[in-house]
Amino acid sequence: MLPGKPVFLLTDILIFVLVLGIVSFFAYAMRKPHLRQPWGQVVRSRAGVISMIVLAVYVAIALLDSLHFHPVLENPAADSTEVQYSGEVISVFDQLVSGLRASTEKTYSAPFSAHLYAKETVQQADGTRVRVYPRLAWGAAHLEEPHTQKTADILGLALTGALKAILVWAVLLVLWALYLSARTARAFPVAFRTLFDGHSEVPWRTVSMTLGVVLLVLMVGAEWASKYHVLGTDKVGEDVLYQALKSIRTGVVIGTLTTLLMVPFAIVLGIMAGFFRGWIDDVIQYLYTTLNSVPGVLLIAAAVLMLNVYMSKHAEAFASLTQRADMRLLFLCLILGLTSWTGLCRLLRAETLKLRAVDFVQAATAFGVGPMQTIFRHILPNVMHIVLITLVLDFSGLVLAEAVLSYINIGVDPTMNSWGNMINSARLEMAREPIVWWSLAASLFFMFTLVLFANLFADVVRDALDPRVSR
Amino acid sequence: MIAYIVRRALYAIPILIGVNIITFLLFFVVNTPDDMARMFLGQKHVTEVQIEDWKTERGYHNPLFYNAGAEGLDSFKETIFYTKSLRLFVFDFGRSDSGRDISFDISQRMWPSLAIAVPQLLIGLLVAITFALLIAFFRATYIDYWAVVICVALMSISSLFYIIGGQFVMGKLLRVVPISGFESGIFGIKFLILPVLIGVVGGIGSSTRWYRTIFLEEMNKDYVRTVRAKGIAEQTVLFRHVLRNALIPILTGVVVILPLLFMGSLITESFFGIPGLGSYTIDAINRQDFAIVRSMVFLGAVLYIIGLLLTDISYTVVDPRVRLS
Repeated sequence: MLPGKPVFLLTDILIFVLVLGIVSFFAYAMRKPHLRQPWGQVVRSRAGVISMIVLAVYVAIALLDSLHFHPVLENPAADSTEVQYSGEVISVFDQLVSGLRASTEKTYSAPFSAHLYAKETVQQADGTRVRVYPRLAWGAAHLEEPHTQKTADILGLALTGALKAILVWAVLLVLWALYLSARTARAFPVAFRTLFDGHSEVPWRTVSMTLGVVLLVLMVGAEWASKYHVLGTDKVGEDVLYQALKSIRTGVVIGTLTTLLMVPFAIVLGIMAGFFRGWIDDVIQYLYTTLNSVPGVLLIAAAVLMLNVYMSKHAEAFASLTQRADMRLLFLCLILGLTSWTGLCRLLRAETLKLRAVDFVQAATAFGVGPMQTIFRHILPNVMHIVLITLVLDFSGLVLAEAVLSYINIGVDPTMNSWGNMINSARLEMAREPIVWWSLAASLFFMFTLVLFANLFADVVRDALDPRVSR
Repeated sequence: MIAYIVRRALYAIPILIGVNIITFLLFFVVNTPDDMARMFLGQKHVTEVQIEDWKTERGYHNPLFYNAGAEGLDSFKETIFYTKSLRLFVFDFGRSDSGRDISFDISQRMWPSLAIAVPQLLIGLLVAITFALLIAFFRATYIDYWAVVICVALMSISSLFYIIGGQFVMGKLLRVVPISGFESGIFGIKFLILPVLIGVVGGIGSSTRWYRTIFLEEMNKDYVRTVRAKGIAEQTVLFRHVLRNALIPILTGVVVILPLLFMGSLITESFFGIPGLGSYTIDAINRQDFAIVRSMVFLGAVLYIIGLLLTDISYTVVDPRVRLS
């Protein structure tokens, strides 16, 4: 149960609807051999399984970060007996990493540093004042003599983390082997050995190795983060690792919801244009050519400017800052979808035109099957692979676009954690001496990992689903 | 040929009308000029008089479509739709919200944009085609495999990283070129090197990968097999036959963005402080100058439509069969 009163933000609801849709699609597809076959190909490729595991970690964090609630107030007002809730909205993920969230410093500090970035005047016990780098309130606070102890402490923590990772990894592998041996009626040692088999159909060795590496990174990172600011702190002293992790949700929401919001329009209009032809086709083609003519960035800029005007006029309509930021995120998804649905619509129109002339559709028409039924029974299932390919192909581009848009202030709300906002606020600090590089590096690294594996995954999915690619 | 071009050009007119309607809806109907004025002047303590003044100064005081107060034709002319939207068709952009002549600004600022965009496009094409041809030469080897992996990795890096990283390494560490700025004339070249270089590097991953697939597709065609069967050396096959034929889809694909080069790149120009149209647009967005953003939206659409027209024409030049269908 949530430790508080749940809050349902619009993007939360939509993202869980999407998850539900994907899960039910797979539940359905697994029972149909012709739908299962291409996904089998995805699972059999090395790049496919590696990227699936990494993406799963990202998506899991995004989903945990999408369960929002008002936390229970620690110190309720004395005169009331019932439970009181705080006004701020936090997520389950915030609760899990509450250590990181609470551990703020005064200002910048470098990764793993025990001292603040800037010198301060400190009054000593004998009354003299000195200019020193003060100790951090939280990072490496457990050490007496950071200069001598820090390296050993960091290594020790890494070792603990590694041991934990190996333990969890071993337990997972044993459980998985048990499951395999039960399902395939093989002896346990044989099943266990297949997990390290480099030549099996499903690349088990790659799966177990990737899992091991991911666990190692997570566990060592968690150990370090419990005592240090692994990626330093930013201008107001917030932990950069926390910001980068929180940004995952923004990236994933933009990458997925944009496509989800535009897909219905693209499907309906694309199939209608291709199937009915004539003036319907003309109107729809005119619509998407016109929308496509306006350069995307400018259309987004114009729309976001107008949104700013609208929001400042209706400031009272939003209950909290979080909701306001959330509405803005959703609107950004909508407007990005508006500029990107034309491509999918054109593809679907062309495919429908082709399908319309195919024998089984002609036969259906000859038997007197109505247009709606033909579309639902024959056309729609045969264009779904295009929709799926677009969904995965667009993802990485949208994550990158978010950063660029936030940089020119037409992206997500400035109060929202996102990689674009992190880069935007960090790039001004490049001029400092010594330079503050960690905020920038963290956001770029997290974004790069997500986009790289999304790209690899998209390639594998496209190769598997696209009938034009020869197998 | 001319009849074909005229027909294609006529198709552009309804699209331009559509774009005009979109910008009009977005800028004047979704939010009224009153809202814009209030936003511009600050939310609190704004009097009606101030708003009226702001609107009159910028010509937003008229009604949207029909001015009942005016006589005859003027009741249509003295409206926002006529003065602000219809005038766009004759490229009369009017004055920006801060009072400057937009057409003049555009004519001044398009040259720096071109100075960056044209070399960037040409060098980028040359480099990407060279790499793609090399990779295609080593197709189905480890070189091919790793080259594609590197391309995907390069594609996955944010364009912001290329710019910030490039500025840091070239400008601050090595001090080879100035970090940002612009100067016209021959001495301005030192300011152009870094943005052009970064633009080329940033686009290399995706274009190389894309051209590689075009080359591979071309290599699987029958005529290539025939040429090989005649015993022609692999280099000759690649350079004389495959490269020439593959250039057709590559170059016709480039034609569509040619007119848009005038608009420049928003990000590059604002990072490097280049006084082009891209940074002009960014400044307008940040200052919330609606008139400039509206003009740029329309101008961008016009240039894109010209690009489509040029693409159609280039197809007919390359392959006359297209014209007949």
